[in-house]
Amino acid sequence: MTAPTISLHNTVWLTAALALIAAPHAERLPAWVMVLAATLALWRIYLGRARLELPRRPLLMVVVAGATAAVFLYYRTIFGRDAGVALLIVMLALKLLETRSQRDALLLIFLGYFLIITNFLYSQTIAAALYMLGCVWIITATMIGCNHTQLQQGYRNQLRTAGLMLAQSAPLMLVLFLFFPRTAGPLWGLPHDAHAGVSGLSDSMSPGNIANLSLSDAVAFRVEFKSAIPESRRMYWRGPVMWDLHGPTWNVGRYYFDEPKYQGLSAPVEYTVTLEPHNKPWLFALDLPGQVPPRAKMSGDLQLLATAPVNSRTRYEMKSYLEARFGADENPLALDRALRLPPASNPRTVEFARGLRQKHPDDKALIREVLAMFRNEKFYYTLSPPLLGEHAVDDFLFQTRSGFCEIYASSFAVLMRAAGIPARIVTGYQGGEFNPLGGYIIVRQADAHAWTEVWLPGEGWVRVDPTAAVSPLRIQSGIAAAVPRTDPLPLFARGAYPWLRQLRFTWDSLANNWNQWVLGYNPERQRWVLSRVGIDEATWHALAVVLIVATGLIMLALLPLMLRTLKARVNDPVKRAYLRFCSKLGRKGLPREPAEGPSAYAARLSRLRPELAPKVSAITRLYVALRYGAGGSTAALRELEQQVRQFSA
Amino acid sequence: MPDTGRNPQDVANSAADRGIPFMTTQIDKIVGQVSSIILGKERQIRLAFACLLARGHLLIEDIPGVGKTMLAHALAASLGLGFQRIQFTSDLLPADILGVSIYNREGRGFQFHPGPIFNQVVLADEVNRATPKAQSALLEAMEEHQVTTEGETRRLPQPFFVIATQNPSNQVGTFPLPESQLDRFLMRIELGYPDTEAERALLQGQDRRDLLEQLSPCLDVKTLIELQVRARRIYTSSALLDYVQELVNYTRRAADYVNGLSPRAALALLHAARAWALMDGREHVVPEDVQAVLPGVVGHRLVPAGQLTRANGVDIAEHLIKQVAIP
Repeated sequence: MTAPTISLHNTVWLTAALALIAAPHAERLPAWVMVLAATLALWRIYLGRARLELPRRPLLMVVVAGATAAVFLYYRTIFGRDAGVALLIVMLALKLLETRSQRDALLLIFLGYFLIITNFLYSQTIAAALYMLGCVWIITATMIGCNHTQLQQGYRNQLRTAGLMLAQSAPLMLVLFLFFPRTAGPLWGLPHDAHAGVSGLSDSMSPGNIANLSLSDAVAFRVEFKSAIPESRRMYWRGPVMWDLHGPTWNVGRYYFDEPKYQGLSAPVEYTVTLEPHNKPWLFALDLPGQVPPRAKMSGDLQLLATAPVNSRTRYEMKSYLEARFGADENPLALDRALRLPPASNPRTVEFARGLRQKHPDDKALIREVLAMFRNEKFYYTLSPPLLGEHAVDDFLFQTRSGFCEIYASSFAVLMRAAGIPARIVTGYQGGEFNPLGGYIIVRQADAHAWTEVWLPGEGWVRVDPTAAVSPLRIQSGIAAAVPRTDPLPLFARGAYPWLRQLRFTWDSLANNWNQWVLGYNPERQRWVLSRVGIDEATWHALAVVLIVATGLIMLALLPLMLRTLKARVNDPVKRAYLRFCSKLGRKGLPREPAEGPSAYAARLSRLRPELAPKVSAITRLYVALRYGAGGSTAALRELEQQVRQFSA
Repeated sequence: MPDTGRNPQDVANSAADRGIPFMTTQIDKIVGQVSSIILGKERQIRLAFACLLARGHLLIEDIPGVGKTMLAHALAASLGLGFQRIQFTSDLLPADILGVSIYNREGRGFQFHPGPIFNQVVLADEVNRATPKAQSALLEAMEEHQVTTEGETRRLPQPFFVIATQNPSNQVGTFPLPESQLDRFLMRIELGYPDTEAERALLQGQDRRDLLEQLSPCLDVKTLIELQVRARRIYTSSALLDYVQELVNYTRRAADYVNGLSPRAALALLHAARAWALMDGREHVVPEDVQAVLPGVVGHRLVPAGQLTRANGVDIAEHLIKQVAIP
């Protein structure tokens, strides 16, 4: 007997399912990969429709070698995330081209399940998960179609059965998700190219950097406050601190790890940050961070640095002092570094600063004077400033006078340094948006900000935000209120439509729960869940017991359902009795072939086990008469049922 | 193949109807008689007889010399039916089959002289050597059970049974019957070589033609028609119809065949299975009956495709039987 061939109907299903699964990769992989795969798949369908021979092995070998070479040439490797997925998709399409038998089709289906997982290497959002769930449904329906070659299966039946299977397995999935022992980190590392293209603040700042970032409505982090939420204007989320100016660019430079000395002047604010991956080490916290999260350290200028770049969503508890005094006895080397300016740059600014210094020997008076200048003269706050030349600060202060926060911070710091006041630039985020549905603050990349800190003798480092002088609205109401309406801002950062706002909050709240409870389900969360079911010690032992008990309970709950469907399938009592008879014999190693008629089966049994012959032929005679004869009686049915009950092989 | 031997229990079971055991005995007698002439081919003889009972026509396809013509002769002789043989050749005309009208000199106008088709058993020998024109004359008569010439319709005798023989179509000088006409035959059987034992008996025994002349009819026409009517009334349960439908659906769905079975083929399968059940002494059809007649009924209707074509030696019918579970 030959292996069952796969019908055109199933081939089309399989191709469609695989195409659906691969579709999200289309935007991530080079076009030629998708075009090649689609061509191969369409070729297979054409051959199937036209009932032509599938291509021979040598031809396939050539295509395989060619495709592998192409992937290698394109990526310079065949490993890693992108190259691996590209290769997988091309090979799947090629396998489709030589799929003749049911066995090939099943192999493809299992590879299809694997391909579904690869999508999560790129995106783990709710939308992606829902889409992949749909894919799982479709490919399971395909598998059902391939397995039931004998039954007339409509696509509705296939989809219904697959849906039922998924629904039945959902409780098991939930139990495994909740109680399977979790490790602290991922089980395996993601390929090195998995984190390319994540945006966020970096260790340098040039004019335009932050303005560009402001065009993104991507979420930077979300914060849940344990106490009252501070006013927007007081929320400065501290990030990279810039010390060194080279040309127009500020750099973080070397970190120094002197023990920072600070003194909280107000009660601390406590909150939890859920930080989106940004591929850099900074952990953001309200200025001034009052504690260091685990697996992180704090530099002398109060930057929180994780020991490894933040590649996955990270959640940490924080405590901050909104009023604090720090760095009064700053290291003189650091102060010296905070005064350095590149030689022969921004000469007009330097001259202007010297003039100011002569006018105001007092530091504070000088700062007030500069801020008053920003506030009272014609300075503009805009996302799309004119281009600046080599001496960016000179150009800005004396010519263009319009720019975004980074150029205000930059000019202010240069002015201070030229006037002999130690100054540095702090980048991070300012403000945030309160989501009333989830009760948390969303901070987006659009909220990115830069401000300055100056060092005053006796007071230490003091925050001065020149942007607040030129555009108080930015600090009080957020970016959307501050920039001109014509500036290109992401839709989400605009607050114009209330319904859009509502929708946005709902969606973000959902996404936040998804992040917190599904993607961020870590050992701590698991411990919390376990404590809710009365287990305080989350040992592997306890987890195993919970797993077994929960699985058993689910099985028990599903059992009546399964029994009912089994029964429903054979609602003919005659057939049921006969099947029982067959299964009794089947257990003794004498199963009936699916295509074996009852009399033929009886004859075979009598040959193999002559001692059973009288009983077997009596049962068979009753069954045949009842099932195939005209007008079976209830008495005969009772007789059959009784004989089957008494029968033993 | 399932065991087709008759189960004595089944006969006893249907003892309420006294007709059936009697009929079965008659059928057994005929089969026995024909088997004494065509040695070792009881299965094919039973199939041929089932075809007759189901009021279908029979196509025997095999190489020359295996006893195709002999089988037709023996069947006709044992049934006591009028028998005529038409040797199909490439110059055969429809009139040679159907008959012609010739002017009667006594002044009564034209008189129809019936052709050889007006017989109860007609042997169309080597039917694929004639031109399509002559073939279609025969096949139309088969289908309609009547002949229309010169505007006049004449009914053919009852029972009417055509046995056509043909050489395998790969032999030289043939006009193979198109698929649409093959469908008119209820069954196609192949005789094949006899086994060693049967062949030895054949070589040792008397001349077959002498034996043929000694045959006496063991069934009268009335009984035969009664049997045919009876065969139509054999009961088919819904479980059995399910099985027939699944078989047919499989051929339509699977990639193994160029085309699926037609509804006419499904009916043919059912009629043949009924006749087989009657020959087995039963009043109802069981799946084994369907399986027994399936090779004869579908063999000429299904053209294998895909994997089946290359897998030589896989019998189409056996493959089909194995693939479809009995519901």
